[in-house]
Amino acid sequence: MRRLLYLIPVAVLGVLAVFFIRGLGRDPRIIPSVLINKPVPQMNLAPLPGRGDTGLATADLKGRVHLVDIYGSWCVSCLVEHPTLLDIQKTGRVPIEGIDWRDEPVKGAEWLKRHGDPYDRVGMDPAPGYTAVNFGVTGAPESFLVDKQGIIRLKYIGPITPEVWEKVLLPKIRELEK
Amino acid sequence: MIAEFGHFALILALAVAVVQAVVPLVGATRGNPAWMAVSGPASAAQFLCVAIAFGALIHANVTSDFSLLNVAQNSHTLKPMLYKVAGTWGNHEGSLLLWITILALFGLAVTIAGRNLPPGLKARALAVQAMIAIGFLLFILFTSNPFQRLDPPPIEGNGLNPLLQDPGLAFHPPMLYLGYVGFSMAFSFAVAALIEGRVDAAWARWVRPWTLAAWIFLTCGIAAGSWWAYYTLGWGGWWYWDPTENASFMPWLAGTALLHSAVVVEKRDALKSWTILLAIVAFGFSLLGTFLVRSGVLTSVHAFATDPARGAFILLLLMVMVGGSFTLYAVRAPALKPGGLFAPLSREGSLLLNNVLMATGAGTVLLGTLYPLIADALNMGKISVGAPFFNSVFLPLMVPMVIAMGAGPLLAWKRGDLAGALGRLKFAFGLAVAAAAGTWILQGGSAGPWWAAGGIGLAAWLLVSTATELAGRIRLFQAPLGEAVTRARRLPRATWGMLLAHAGVAVVILGMTGSAAWKSESVQNQRIGQTVTVAGYGFTLESVKSVPGPNYTASRATFEVSHDGRPFAVMTPERRQFVMPPRPATDAAIRGTLAGDLYAVVGEPAGDGVWVTRLYFNPMIPWMWIGAAMLVAGGLVSLSDRRHRIGAPARARAATAAATAAKA
Repeated sequence: MRRLLYLIPVAVLGVLAVFFIRGLGRDPRIIPSVLINKPVPQMNLAPLPGRGDTGLATADLKGRVHLVDIYGSWCVSCLVEHPTLLDIQKTGRVPIEGIDWRDEPVKGAEWLKRHGDPYDRVGMDPAPGYTAVNFGVTGAPESFLVDKQGIIRLKYIGPITPEVWEKVLLPKIRELEK
Repeated sequence: MIAEFGHFALILALAVAVVQAVVPLVGATRGNPAWMAVSGPASAAQFLCVAIAFGALIHANVTSDFSLLNVAQNSHTLKPMLYKVAGTWGNHEGSLLLWITILALFGLAVTIAGRNLPPGLKARALAVQAMIAIGFLLFILFTSNPFQRLDPPPIEGNGLNPLLQDPGLAFHPPMLYLGYVGFSMAFSFAVAALIEGRVDAAWARWVRPWTLAAWIFLTCGIAAGSWWAYYTLGWGGWWYWDPTENASFMPWLAGTALLHSAVVVEKRDALKSWTILLAIVAFGFSLLGTFLVRSGVLTSVHAFATDPARGAFILLLLMVMVGGSFTLYAVRAPALKPGGLFAPLSREGSLLLNNVLMATGAGTVLLGTLYPLIADALNMGKISVGAPFFNSVFLPLMVPMVIAMGAGPLLAWKRGDLAGALGRLKFAFGLAVAAAAGTWILQGGSAGPWWAAGGIGLAAWLLVSTATELAGRIRLFQAPLGEAVTRARRLPRATWGMLLAHAGVAVVILGMTGSAAWKSESVQNQRIGQTVTVAGYGFTLESVKSVPGPNYTASRATFEVSHDGRPFAVMTPERRQFVMPPRPATDAAIRGTLAGDLYAVVGEPAGDGVWVTRLYFNPMIPWMWIGAAMLVAGGLVSLSDRRHRIGAPARARAATAAATAAKA
């Protein structure tokens, strides 16, 4: 009986090992939102000045797969993902819809002029940013994949890198387009 | 060419490690002194090979040799020289090479310092050490080769993450690694003892200085990391319960427990199998930290570029090394002869209680760190465990520990006299209650958090009871002053070290409590010329100017700070925009006083002549660094005790060792 006590450490390690092996295949940055598999929240966002679109509304996100990206000119990590978004736009694989979150109209527009504009449509969600809250946004950048029926299918927290595009977003887009 | 040389040296190191792992071990089993003696030259050769490889990588970084993938990805010609050197270990491959270099350094140190070690124990311990080296050399050669060439070489490198371009961080990883890897010594000695089937006071005497040295480095490393987080992350916090921080904290807790239980093995020949287990666990936590940080199973603010393939390899290493030694432990530990008995109320008893609480603490930190991973694997959803969990579970465990820390040293070995100890502690208890009550009144009762009084009371308890212990030892106020001074001079350095470290913990608690309880902060849009008052200090924003740096441009704000209507200080926080990679970083301005730190951060412009500024008064923070310095100083003083000093064990003991050697 006493000898069994000495087996505890190796047993605990064995259990931990199982979890570690399972954990290796998962990406802790993909976070399921409570809104996954729910329709896009109701919104009708005003356009950015001088951009020439009509803003972003719930109805705009139907008919094909869309990538919705929450950003702001104040957000540093958004600048990190920006080149990747421009690359994605060049491929024409999926339209990217921007939500300019907690920003001032002039600054949001200027930011896109300075760094390039990867977006199809952009809607303004000025502070306090109710639309982003309805999306369950915790910070910027955050991105959502919305399917043809306007249902949110994936949420990604943090900047989109070429790797995230290849390994997370693109496979999901293919799956949604089937 | 030099890079290929380094790569070759690494391969050679692997070959040497294989020899060092096999020959001395077989020699020790067969009682062949010549085979056992191979461990010495082998460890020297291994260090030489690894040092050449490490030197080659430093050379490539210093000369900005972008034909190496590793240098091209992490360096930049504009980077200041300090960071070119420190950048060598600022990435996954380089830091791994540093890890291996330190491991080989410790092996060499055993060979040099351990001339009096029983040859069997030394041969086995160095063989185990070499097995660890084999694992890591395979890892670096097959998955993370720092000498990978790039063809064609780029003209310019990607640059180092600006957050890492900081003097604090340049020296923080080597410190941490000296600590992590230092625990490999205790591990190797523990496994060697299990193979031999013998643990005795001499074993503990050999293990203690190595553990103590590792613990000192780890304490330094954690304090430096905390200090770095405090002044670069720019919001005045110093501990985030981030997985990477926990990865360094768990081995620290296990190592601290090991230090104390090794004392019991040395003095009283008890708690042997528990001490062996702690030695394995302390190094196991170090390996676990390596796995968590590099595998990508958990998200962390400062994890390395992560890769599941590497993660799988480290996991395999972890399982083989720790799993193997736990299995060995399960087989051999029951046979270890139980040693001296003791009553629950004794010095041993209090050290055991300290051990149990430390181990439980480490266990809760482990649970909190891994919980998101476990929940995800069980499909219970993605969960993050934050500071509230750790604060509400870990901190209450530390309360009885601090109480025991105060009382324990006053109890005698074997059977303590509780009534007598309590009698001597009346004064400490009274002062602790007074300090808690005083704190409560000063903070205006429930205007401040309720636990602040408790924290200050605990710190006072520990400080005064440690002083009581010192006074008792030197018979202060009981004997003439001259005798007390003589006694103080004769007190062993290990005792001074213990008293200093315990007092250090008390001072750290003061700093933590104060900074967590009474912080004042103010975030605002501040116009040039406008004054904002925080905790009685008036911060006037004089100007914000653009200043060029070596590889960044900075917006430098100048604050004139006044106190009681008089000018007090000028503070110049910066917001830096790095060129490569293009990222911003904050450089907070800190002005320390004994009462607390003034802390100013400048953010983005919020209009013409208006800037977002964050101003803090962080009370008592400097006490944390003072306390940490006392912990380190206590460790150093204890390490300098003559019983630990190399070559100076009691002659009788050396004679016994020689006799054993002759028999073997």
